[in-house]
Amino acid sequence: MQKALVSVTGQDKVGIIAKVSTSLCEQNINILEISQTILGDCFTMLMVVNLEGSPESFQQIAQQLSEIGEQVGVIVTIQRMDLFAAMHRI
Amino acid sequence: MIEANEILQTIHMIQEQHFDIRTITMGINLLDCRKNTDSETAECVYEKITRLAKNLVSVGCDLESELGVPIVNKRLSVTPASMITGSDPMKIAMALDKAAGDVGVNLIGGYGALMHKGSTIAEEILVESMPEVFAKTERLCGSVNVGSTRSGINMDAVRKMGMIIKRIAEMTADHDSFGCAKLVVFANAVEDNPFMAGAFHGVGEPECVVNVGVSGPGVVQRALEAVRGQPFDVVAETIKRTAFKITRVGELVAQEASKRLNVPFGIVDLSLAPTPARGDSVAYILKEMGLEMAGAPGTTAALAMLNDMVKKGGVMASSHIGGLSGAFIPVSEDIGMIEAATANCLTIEKMEAMTCVCSVGLDMIAIPGDTSANTIAGIIADEAAIGMVNNKTTAVRVIPAVGKKVGDTINFGGLFGYAPIMKVNTFCNDAFIERGGRIPAPLHSLRN
Repeated sequence: MQKALVSVTGQDKVGIIAKVSTSLCEQNINILEISQTILGDCFTMLMVVNLEGSPESFQQIAQQLSEIGEQVGVIVTIQRMDLFAAMHRI
Repeated sequence: MIEANEILQTIHMIQEQHFDIRTITMGINLLDCRKNTDSETAECVYEKITRLAKNLVSVGCDLESELGVPIVNKRLSVTPASMITGSDPMKIAMALDKAAGDVGVNLIGGYGALMHKGSTIAEEILVESMPEVFAKTERLCGSVNVGSTRSGINMDAVRKMGMIIKRIAEMTADHDSFGCAKLVVFANAVEDNPFMAGAFHGVGEPECVVNVGVSGPGVVQRALEAVRGQPFDVVAETIKRTAFKITRVGELVAQEASKRLNVPFGIVDLSLAPTPARGDSVAYILKEMGLEMAGAPGTTAALAMLNDMVKKGGVMASSHIGGLSGAFIPVSEDIGMIEAATANCLTIEKMEAMTCVCSVGLDMIAIPGDTSANTIAGIIADEAAIGMVNNKTTAVRVIPAVGKKVGDTINFGGLFGYAPIMKVNTFCNDAFIERGGRIPAPLHSLRN
């Protein structure tokens, strides 16, 4: 399994989750976990996804998500899960 | 499962606290490139570097995108050039510079010599060529080792480097004597340092190797903001924990880069390397510890603790730690140091004391253009003595900016930053420097 973390931050509005998850679906990326919080106006969503089934390269997926973020007006990034495991788990 | 607060902590480190991997540096052995003539050697050098490093930049960019952590520099270090050069080292210098440009790295280190016990004919020719080489090349950096704990200090080399630094300053006078920023004079130089300008691929290294330099002064500073007013035990623990996390990412990048480039992993250098960007300053960490500015009484103690805790935190996080690991204290590349020097809170003498406990030495310090070669040699000798006696790496990278005096500023732009001209003690040391010879190694060099 090739796990990655999609993080979405920005001002809360209608349809953020719908847009991001539709994009992931179109790229055949399975969502494994979702957590979401709203602090004040600030929307934060963290999604753990599996990239294994996707025909796209990591760079293409990142580009696609970044464009979706721009359309919706939030910041969407994707990072390999290894980064967080390296930093926070021994 | 990684918890959401941990993920957000990492994201904040990158987005708000300037956490980055400062460099992936590929070290390349050039000893087998030595041919009958310098022209043939130059051809072989170019071919080997462009072959081995052709994917370095693309691998660096891929890792940057996949991990979401900026990898600021991709660089090369090579065997000290004086081991392969003959009577015309300029040809090899140009080949190194061109190879670096063609593979897309911003700097290549290794145009230097190891002269801590004496110099060969090739080393003398190479050192003489430095002023012209650093004026004519764009990406080439170099270093000269003039002393070590094992061998003492080569005072002939020290004197020579004072003169060479002056000549480089004159040759590059049009650009605030920028050529001097590309030369480091070391004592106890290390063979696996990934940071410029002092990186070179030591003779004890393998054919090709990948070393990674991490950074993150901004992250440490922010972590310390959360423990204001608490005792040093808490400060120390906070620095250690932060250094551990930073270094773990360095280790991940190093292992991945090594795998993709099919080149062995060398070391992670867990240095806190500042950049001129606001919020990425080692001096600001000292400030956060409670000093008005770097240079205030207590600075050396604060830096000693910072340096040690960075090592203690980082050493458990990587399988191989090396290079210069610790805290760098350059002036022009650190906004807090620039402010402290401008306010006269920080003097060269205080910085000399700080170099006893930091990771390297007097770095990126602008001094008046009329500083004599012997005064510069004296500064080098003092630093080399600190390195020799304390069994640590020390270095001098000063810029005697032509036409500038105390109160003026020089500006290199980009990663090299800008710096106020600092006052230098100009009392005469000619008779001392002109003695020449070698200062013998200290008693504790005899450890067998």
